[in-house]
Amino acid sequence: MIPLSWYLIFAAILFCIGLYGVLVRKNAIAILMGIELMLNSVNINLIAFWRYRSADGIAGQAFAIIVFAVAAAEVAVGLALIISIYRRRSSIVADDMNMMKW
Amino acid sequence: MTPEQIIFLIVAVVTLVAGISVVTSRNLIHSALWLILSLFGIAVFYVLLDAGFFAVIQVIIYIGAIAILFIFAAMLTRRVMQDTGPQSNSNWWLGALIALLLLAGIAVVLVNWQGFTALAPELINPSGRLSQLGLALVSPDQYVLPFELASVLLVAAMIGAIFVAGEKKQ
Amino acid sequence: MNFLTDPINFIANWLGNLLLSFGMSQTLVTVILKFIGAGLVGTFGFSLVIFTIWLERKLYGRIQDRLGPNRVGPWGIFQTFPDMIKIFTKEYITPIGVDKIVYNLAPILSVSAVLLTWAVIPFAPTIVGTDVNVGVLYLVAVGSIGALGIILAGWSSNNKYSLLGAFRAVAQVVSYEVPMVLALLIPVLLGQSMGVNSLVNAQNVWFIILSPVAALIFFTSSLAETGRAPFDLLEAESELVAGYQTEYSGLKFGMFYVGEFLHAFTISALMAALFLGGWRGPWVEQVPILGVAYFFIKTFIVYFVVVLIRISMPRLRIDQMLDFNWKFLTPLALVLLIVTAIVEKAFIILVPSLQLMEVGVPWVRAGVHLLMNIIVVWITIQLLKSHRIKAVRVVAKPRPIAVAPEPPASVIS
Repeated sequence: MIPLSWYLIFAAILFCIGLYGVLVRKNAIAILMGIELMLNSVNINLIAFWRYRSADGIAGQAFAIIVFAVAAAEVAVGLALIISIYRRRSSIVADDMNMMKW
Repeated sequence: MTPEQIIFLIVAVVTLVAGISVVTSRNLIHSALWLILSLFGIAVFYVLLDAGFFAVIQVIIYIGAIAILFIFAAMLTRRVMQDTGPQSNSNWWLGALIALLLLAGIAVVLVNWQGFTALAPELINPSGRLSQLGLALVSPDQYVLPFELASVLLVAAMIGAIFVAGEKKQ
Repeated sequence: MNFLTDPINFIANWLGNLLLSFGMSQTLVTVILKFIGAGLVGTFGFSLVIFTIWLERKLYGRIQDRLGPNRVGPWGIFQTFPDMIKIFTKEYITPIGVDKIVYNLAPILSVSAVLLTWAVIPFAPTIVGTDVNVGVLYLVAVGSIGALGIILAGWSSNNKYSLLGAFRAVAQVVSYEVPMVLALLIPVLLGQSMGVNSLVNAQNVWFIILSPVAALIFFTSSLAETGRAPFDLLEAESELVAGYQTEYSGLKFGMFYVGEFLHAFTISALMAALFLGGWRGPWVEQVPILGVAYFFIKTFIVYFVVVLIRISMPRLRIDQMLDFNWKFLTPLALVLLIVTAIVEKAFIILVPSLQLMEVGVPWVRAGVHLLMNIIVVWITIQLLKSHRIKAVRVVAKPRPIAVAPEPPASVIS
């Protein structure tokens, strides 16, 4: 049997890998990939807590479904913004987007 | 070592290696492919957690839509087919330090929590949970409000993405 | 169960007992049996393709008033084997600058997406790969993996025409997933379960009678998903050479080819299972192996219709295809879903007050749903008629051609 600690530690490691990706990568799309990893680790945490602590209720699953929907919406808008910026500036390096108005 | 534990360890190692490759790969399309592998690993975890519905939803939404979006965006925003140059900031050591500190902090908090090494309780009525979830998402005294707000959010995101990324007609 | 009525489960039980007597644990025996079953299903899928390729080429030939393959074996049955040998022995020409891992991964993903579908299709009441209770969603999930294979093939070929072909192909595949999912929700509503075997069990009356519009929408969007004509813009041989498959040769191209044929057969099997009653037929409860026969007869009938459509219809343009999807199929599927849900709920509420016989209830339900479907179709046709072009713009009066022109005025006087 798998204790809860394994799932929580795994989710924490995945979250920190995603955080490293967000802080360190130059390409804006790669930053979005790091955010996706973080959202996935949060989902694993939610479902693990649901399974181990309150498997009769439904709150954990409902929360996880809303997180799925929000992640999909955020990726769509984020990538649309990046494509629009690429059309104007021909670059998606995050360091180059440092002007408030151009 | 029960078979479940062996499967858990193998899939956990694969997912974490794929996650590290996502954030350290030089080629953006390769990063997207490693992301797909780690999303598959997470889907296997959902199956291990007796949430098969979520495993299938993960494959449909993340791999079937979001990963394809990432690949499209990576293809549309590059001028040459090969990537050049380092992909990390000059402050990458600071990022790694922050990530490690966060991991240590989470581990310390969790270890001191008394429910940390609990085992899974038995599931009663495993086959009725899908209809229970469906009813919960539309019942007025349960979760219909977040459900409706999430649908409004998705419509707003869809309209926003089409408007932002659409060609401006001159 | 004895050997005659249910051979596959009989053999599986016998093998399981044999392995248990060797001293293995129960979980290991289950895992080994599942692996053997998965291998058998995959092999069976591939060997079906050998037969369906021959069938399709024969049908092509006959409908086009020629004979089709008839040299290799009686009626050309073994034609596919020389083709296979030819494809196996061709050289792999890999262009410069391709991304080797992605280039080799794409055909594997394409074929696996199709083979994975066979895991949830029930051949008989007791023969099903694995009866997941979210089988219908699983079908959608593995369909989206196929789209991934296409875009990877197009990008890794280092050829901008392949890339364009892959973009259009993925646009088509991802767009037609939406009405397919909506049309799949209607059997789920009517059968009150998402597992494919439970849906086949719930078909006292075939779902094609209960909801023919849903069957039609599912059939059309599945045809577009596989890239068969009239939606075969993906590999239009006269246009983009071979679209996203241009740079592939040898067995890698063979994988795409086999994957496409197997996909066409798979959607026929799904259509038969979900809408035509699957393995249902007379005497199936006593002799489960008959279910396999009924299932394959229905599948081949649907496959015959698929081949007929491919032979006889011209190709659609990409903008016509996407218009058809987003402006017609998706609203129609949404409206149908709402109407079916309302009618089903009204039927459940009103049935106790109608005092019908127990055996007549499924047929009355079928009749009510069929009536609502016909009303939806009639309203759709009226709406389409009101949107057609009303007037013909007259540019000029028609002139007769064979009349001598008038001499210019200066000549006469």
